[in-house]
Amino acid sequence: MYELNGKTINHDEEGYIVNLDDWSEELADKIAKDEELDMTEEHWEVVKFLRDYYQEYQIAPAVRVLTKAVGKRLGQDKGSNKYLYELFPYGPAKQACKIAGLPKPTGCV
Amino acid sequence: MTHPDDTPAEIVVKRFLYVNRKAPHGTIYALEELEMVLIAAMFEQDVHLAFLDDGVFQIKKNQKPAELALKDFSKTYGALEDYGVEKIYVEKESIEERGLTPDDFIIPTTVLRRDDMSALMESMDVVLTA
Repeated sequence: MYELNGKTINHDEEGYIVNLDDWSEELADKIAKDEELDMTEEHWEVVKFLRDYYQEYQIAPAVRVLTKAVGKRLGQDKGSNKYLYELFPYGPAKQACKIAGLPKPTGCV
Repeated sequence: MTHPDDTPAEIVVKRFLYVNRKAPHGTIYALEELEMVLIAAMFEQDVHLAFLDDGVFQIKKNQKPAELALKDFSKTYGALEDYGVEKIYVEKESIEERGLTPDDFIIPTTVLRRDDMSALMESMDVVLTA
């Protein structure tokens, strides 16, 4: 469980929150801290991109799809494994989805 | 845990056809088949989708399953392009019987007559129906 301002928020065994409506930017900061990440503007851009993507398609994209989609929508320089893995060393899809309060990406077996 | 990105150099690509015949909600078949499609696409398979019978309703625009407390996974078909899945077929007879046209669908589709649909199925390595 995550604790935030006296409220508890349930997550699964890997840290993905159970109820997607529990998400807030504060919670994202907290999850990122647990993952030893300092959220920069570049991190937020990817996290917000994922949340928008989920809103539109009801799905958390797998890493290869994320890379391609980021390149198409945020600019080619950002649509590379190198850029995204530097931001999220434990996997841009898996780690960024956790921080974005989304389920684990489809296609990660 | 391995990820498809770690696949070895020689990967076997097969022609997969996922056939959808059931209405989108009420059973889990449509959603499960969609997840299989996304996973096959991640493994760089040659993925084809066909919608027949009541399955054509799966890709109909303006579904409101939230009123039944169900997730609107019809939106997810819009992500197929990002997954590289663009070979999507609907059966002409099925859509005509239901008063639908390709304009009613969320995604671009190729309309095939029943005969051509069976020829398509013949040409596949693997056909999965749900």
